Amino acid sequence: MIYFDNAATSLHKPDSVADAVFAAIKNMGNSGRGSYTASLEAGRSIYATREILARLFRVKDASRIAFTSNATESLNIAIKGLLHKGDHVITTELEHNSVLRPLYELESRGVELTIIKSDLSGNIKIEEIKKSIKKNTKMVICGHSSNLTGNLIDIQRIGKLCREEKILFVVDAAQTAGVFQIDVEEQSIDVLCFTGHKALLGPQGTGGIYVREGIFVSPLKTGGSGFLSFSKTHPDVMPECLEAGTVNGHGIAGLYAGVSYILETGMNQIREKEQKLMWQFYEGIKDIPNINIYGDFTTTNRAAIVTFNIADYDSGEVSDQLAEEFGIYTRSGGHCAPLLHTALGTKEQGAVRFSFSHFNTEEEVDIAISAVKTLAIEI
Amino acid sequence: MRKKERKAVITFQNTTSAMAMEKLCKEQGLNGRLIPVPRCITAGCGLAFSANPQARFELENFMKESHIIYDKIYDIEI
Repeated sequence: MIYFDNAATSLHKPDSVADAVFAAIKNMGNSGRGSYTASLEAGRSIYATREILARLFRVKDASRIAFTSNATESLNIAIKGLLHKGDHVITTELEHNSVLRPLYELESRGVELTIIKSDLSGNIKIEEIKKSIKKNTKMVICGHSSNLTGNLIDIQRIGKLCREEKILFVVDAAQTAGVFQIDVEEQSIDVLCFTGHKALLGPQGTGGIYVREGIFVSPLKTGGSGFLSFSKTHPDVMPECLEAGTVNGHGIAGLYAGVSYILETGMNQIREKEQKLMWQFYEGIKDIPNINIYGDFTTTNRAAIVTFNIADYDSGEVSDQLAEEFGIYTRSGGHCAPLLHTALGTKEQGAVRFSFSHFNTEEEVDIAISAVKTLAIEI
Repeated sequence: MRKKERKAVITFQNTTSAMAMEKLCKEQGLNGRLIPVPRCITAGCGLAFSANPQARFELENFMKESHIIYDKIYDIEI
């Protein structure tokens, strides 16, 4: 089996991640529910994970990071907890449904929505964001990288623009956290939404949200907090404000191990290896007849994703054949990015996506190139 | 790309029903496998159950008896 679906979830995790989850399940109680060792151990582990994530994202105060179950939950919290009827929000055609669907939901409840168009390479013009700002614009929300093409967005420029215009800047870092440097100060990020199970190498069911000090996000859910039990309202202090109920302590212990591994190995080394494999694959398939590659490959700074189609073949059939005949696992279809597919002209066909991990090898990429060649030539 | 073959392709309203179908078919020794929903049925994502077209009626009865809710059965070349 050769796994190239790392943009969906990373499958090769360091052993330390599995070991940490195993140890947590064996030993951890519920964080914040007692002062006995097992409960405190859970609390300490969760706190240590907040701190290591704060270090990763250059967040000064770890308590501004709350744990969620994934980036989708974080994005729902950010969107529904900050936007109200009459507010205007700007996003882009590059976004995933985890951004678009909550926005459409709010649009039906009186929030005004502007969606910046993508060009044929999957890029947007930041000037268009600037032009779309109105008196009631409250938020710009966008992904750091497209999950479909791997194109990066210049979040530093957008962050600066938002800061100048006094607009909230919300970033979906599902595809980049753990591989690309995210610095909430330098990039003027007000709210950062991330998942634990992709490049952060943690277990599924882990994720988080950073909220800049001074911003209050209404929680999606309220309930048990472990303190202020006689108050009729959920505590409004971060991070517990956004963490009603028992958090995924076992998963978060694994997330700590994943982030530790990244910091020990070096994010630059991880990124360079992934990008090297991406370029090897891109160079290997770009001149094969009948191959159409999507996204912008004129820049070296891009997420390790290569998305393409073979002639007009159903992308699902290509992915299925790669899996069945070559043991190569990729994603096909719509990738939950409907507007970008429409912009790229692949709404019906979908597309085959290869997304790389630094755990992949050059030999695996060579096998993949030759498999794609075989399929494309067999037409 | 491989040669197209006629298949009975069963679609479902959600992934959970497709998983139930696979599990129950395995238990009963019925052949077939999960595939991406072909675009000639619907664009986007999702899983469908692909089987030999000769098994269509057997599968239809089986789904009825097993209370598996499916969307449609297509007889298509994929």
